[in-house]
Amino acid sequence: TVTRRLCILKGIYPHEPKHKKKVNKGSTAPRTFYLLKDIKFLLHEPIVNKFREYKVFVRKLRKAYGKSEWSTVDRLKDNKPTYKLDHIVKERYPTFIDALRDLDDALSMCFLFSTFPRTGKCHVQTIQLCRRLAVEFLNYVIASRSLRKVFLSIKGIYYQAEVLGQPITWITPYTFAHDHPTDVDYRVMATFTEFYTTLLGFVNFRLYQSLNLLYPPKIDGQTDAELKPVEGKEYAMDSESYLEKLSALSASLARVVAPTHEEEVEMDEFPVEGETAEQMDARKKEQEALEKHKKLFEGLRFFLNREVPREPLAFIIRCFGGQVSWDKSLCIGATYDVNDPSITHQIVDRPRVEKQVVGRYYLQPQWVFDSVNAKLCLPVADYFPGVLLPPHLSPFVTEQEGDYVPPEKLKLLAMQRGENPGDESEEEDEEAEEEEDDNDKEEEEEDESEKEEEMKLKKMEEEKTQSNKVLPVKVTAGKLRLEDKQRLEQEQQSEEKRLAIMMMKKREKYLYKKIMFGKKRKVREANKLAAKRKAHDTAAKEERKKSKKARRA
Amino acid sequence: PLPSTLLQDIRNTVGNIPMEWYQDFPHIGYNLEGKKIYKPIRNKDELDMFLEKMENPDYWRTVQDKMTGADIKLTDEQVDLVHRLQKGQFGDVHFNPYEPAVDFFTHEVMIHPVTNRPADKRSFIPSLIEKEKVSKLVHAIKMGWIKPRKPKDDTPTYYDLWAHEDPNSILGRHKMHVPAPKMKLPGHEESYNPPPEYLLSEEEKLAWEQQEPAERKLNFVPQQYQCLRAVPAYSRFIHERFERCLDLYLCPRQRKMRVNVDPEDLIPKLPKPRDLQPFPTTQALVYRGHTSLVRCLSISPSGQWLVSGSDDCTVRFWEVCTARCMKTLPVGGVVKSIAWNPNPTICLVAICVEQSVLLVNPCLGDKLLYGATDQVLESYVAPEEERVQPVQWVTATMEEHSKGVRLVIQHSKAVKQVTWHGKGDYFASVVSDNSNLQVLIHQTSKRWSQNPFRKSKGLVQCVLFHPIRPYFFVATQRYVRVYNLLKQELTKKLMTNCKWVSSMAIHPGGDNIICGSYDSKLAWFDLDLSTRPYQLLRHHKKALRSVAFHKHYPLFASGSDDGTVIVCHGMVYNDLLQNPLLVPVKVLKGHVITLDLGVLDVLFHPTQPWVFSSGADSTIRLYT
Repeated sequence: TVTRRLCILKGIYPHEPKHKKKVNKGSTAPRTFYLLKDIKFLLHEPIVNKFREYKVFVRKLRKAYGKSEWSTVDRLKDNKPTYKLDHIVKERYPTFIDALRDLDDALSMCFLFSTFPRTGKCHVQTIQLCRRLAVEFLNYVIASRSLRKVFLSIKGIYYQAEVLGQPITWITPYTFAHDHPTDVDYRVMATFTEFYTTLLGFVNFRLYQSLNLLYPPKIDGQTDAELKPVEGKEYAMDSESYLEKLSALSASLARVVAPTHEEEVEMDEFPVEGETAEQMDARKKEQEALEKHKKLFEGLRFFLNREVPREPLAFIIRCFGGQVSWDKSLCIGATYDVNDPSITHQIVDRPRVEKQVVGRYYLQPQWVFDSVNAKLCLPVADYFPGVLLPPHLSPFVTEQEGDYVPPEKLKLLAMQRGENPGDESEEEDEEAEEEEDDNDKEEEEEDESEKEEEMKLKKMEEEKTQSNKVLPVKVTAGKLRLEDKQRLEQEQQSEEKRLAIMMMKKREKYLYKKIMFGKKRKVREANKLAAKRKAHDTAAKEERKKSKKARRA
Repeated sequence: PLPSTLLQDIRNTVGNIPMEWYQDFPHIGYNLEGKKIYKPIRNKDELDMFLEKMENPDYWRTVQDKMTGADIKLTDEQVDLVHRLQKGQFGDVHFNPYEPAVDFFTHEVMIHPVTNRPADKRSFIPSLIEKEKVSKLVHAIKMGWIKPRKPKDDTPTYYDLWAHEDPNSILGRHKMHVPAPKMKLPGHEESYNPPPEYLLSEEEKLAWEQQEPAERKLNFVPQQYQCLRAVPAYSRFIHERFERCLDLYLCPRQRKMRVNVDPEDLIPKLPKPRDLQPFPTTQALVYRGHTSLVRCLSISPSGQWLVSGSDDCTVRFWEVCTARCMKTLPVGGVVKSIAWNPNPTICLVAICVEQSVLLVNPCLGDKLLYGATDQVLESYVAPEEERVQPVQWVTATMEEHSKGVRLVIQHSKAVKQVTWHGKGDYFASVVSDNSNLQVLIHQTSKRWSQNPFRKSKGLVQCVLFHPIRPYFFVATQRYVRVYNLLKQELTKKLMTNCKWVSSMAIHPGGDNIICGSYDSKLAWFDLDLSTRPYQLLRHHKKALRSVAFHKHYPLFASGSDDGTVIVCHGMVYNDLLQNPLLVPVKVLKGHVITLDLGVLDVLFHPTQPWVFSSGADSTIRLYT
């Protein structure tokens, strides 16, 4: 297990040998192979000695306990050996960017551990540390406004932030008690977490430093003063309330240097060589879009109802410049009341709201997520409480050519381009529906007429066959010939291709067939999805029609 | 008084034991005299009990003595005691638990001591035991057994680790490091409210459940929830993180180059078939008449007549241009092979029928020509000295003669194949036998046969004469041996790389051979190049039955059990440095597969770019 811990901490992974049989003494049974170099590298690690010391310490302690030598126990406990992982972090991530690149797993793990109960499974200190680091990171993201994408999946909530140009994605579970599985080795996870907390701590420090924020973070003076007399004491002890306040995510953080107002400096433009004006323009536009995205909720005041997950929503809204508050009894850090007339949006997740205040939108939480992903405030009509929500799409999917694109995505893209087809199309839909209802009879008539036409065609065909029987050589069609020629051409080409494929070498043929198989499968899947959607849409339409008819009747 | 004496008498002596032990006995113990104490007779049933409960006012204070089984009525004092105990009070009525506390010593300091003992001496002098202990500790510290308390480390836990990023401190191994791939980002189907097309239908869900967890494309079932409030916890969240951890430290990492090729680039650039014309493209004629598989074909050197042998024991002669059957020759046996004499001045066909080879004059075409052939055959004068021959040459009877049969060469065993030498005098026959008598070479003009081989080299599949030089090709199952007939020696042994050779054809130039095999391969040999195939073509899906070269055009064809004939362009250049160019130009379909057999024989027209094929569907087809 020491080896395992070392491997985890030092990031040593097994290797796949080139000649499996040669290495494995002629057997092909699956085994893990490490490079000898790696093992030697592990042996040189000073932390090995620390582990050994710790082992000795445990043995001594046990002995002292056995002999009931309490003074010895105290002394030993005072001298408990500790170790630090700083140098390993530095060694594994020689540059800061490297560390950022590998932050995904660290964050996900810390967020998971911070939701664990304080019983069994792992040390309470670890859980507290994870919680602290996670909250610190969230505060950084808020301060730097670097959140880009959010996604509500059935597994948890995905976030993607862009820090120093590196996309960092992490997932947090929904806030429910875990039913701890028995087939999971928590020691392995704890070892990973040990490393990840170290890494995340250093990363946080550096990130706070880059924003001129104090680390460990402090809540900005005036807000802190505001908060304290009102709630601080009745809510929790001072020592605890600090982290709680921080995790409320509602207050801005103290800076090392007091922020000068209007700090935004116009970015100087340095034309990169070999860049055309168009590219420059594009870049500029992108920059502008990004700035606009960062200020998405600027000036909006949100209020979260108590059934809404507070932390994710508060985090997201604050990330995009909105103000957010919640019920005072729900959590510390509420800044304004439900009755505040300046509230513009109230996030609600119940089918009906009894007392509605005029002057604010009552919306379901998905609106916030969809708006962030769409980079614009979406029309609110689809998200009123109790309304059937539009599908929530993943922002991480970028459709290539030939992939299936859900119609909602198309609509969204059109909206982003500045067109506004949403309302119109809906209206049109409704109109069309009404028309359809009116047209039903007409359609039926049309059906009848179609049938008639079919009958006619059949008759014609029969006549034709009869005439053919009479005069077997009377087939003249100028147009058909042309088509035939084209088809012939095509056929010839396809045959040429077939023949050429026959002449391919074995290996190339295999590769070619594999590629073609993959392509075909992709197309098939896309078609399947499209067909499913079509079937669903028609079914839904039918149902609507029926219900309408029922209502009318 | 009476009851008390009774009680004393009845005292049970069993002691403090569970009374259940006496449950099944009529007695419940022994009295002082050692006599059994019988259980009091109880004949009360439920009803009696109930009545007693209702009527007896003392029922509630009646208990059963377990030791004697007798009913005892509790007295008032006893009932009181029980009540007090139930309330958690002391049993004694008169006990007061709240007596006022009286201090043993007063809390006030008195002027006189409680005891007036003088202080011990040991309280004035330093303790020896303590000294001993201290000296022990000092010794232990001196020896380094006990370490003084370490000063607290007051460096902060977190600091700017990357303050000076020194490029020199980066280890060399860092370049070799393969960073772990990131987790796959979620798609639309993972959403809590996905578009409806991403939800699994019933069948898909069933299929998903039946798949192995490792084989599943999605490790979850897409689900739709009406609102965020309804979304439950994901039960496998911890599992997934754990699996990721395992992947991170237990999975071998490798950089894999992703093949990023345009599949169109993989297709070799071949000359267009259109530029390689002429070659047969369409089915022109079907020769019908046979009633069973048509095993073999042959064509007259002029290209006017076609002869075919079939399993229906007939040989038919056809006119090529009109598909008219000119003649039918019943031969009384399955025709395995047939060969028209390549010499245009001789009109003679060799037919393999069971154990004999018939030489037939079809009497078609120029009368002068076939008359001359007859004359040549009749002018044979038997030598004086009878020579020992492996076969018997028999002149045809009158009846046979009228049908066209001129000579019958009777072998000892069934004949498989017959082939003519280019000059038209010699021909070779293959006997299905395992001895050295498998291949025989016959001379028509002298009616003389000889056995060229002393030893058998395996089962001979077919033989072939070189068109120009005195070479003789013998194909066994896996090898083709080339013999020099003049020097009478083996010149070459060609490795075919096939499991079982079925047929063989030689390029009219004589330097290239193709071999068809039952494992659906076609091997092209360049005799000047190597003894291994220059190219192995796997065009057919099933076993090849026959291959053929065209006499003039650079074409060759192969017929297979999959019912197709593939015509290829096989250009051989005179320049020795340039390798032959092989391009498939046409796949000809037409034959119906019957009894798992498709095309049995292919044959090119001697002058035109036409190809004949005979099939198991008892037809012969001409493609032009």
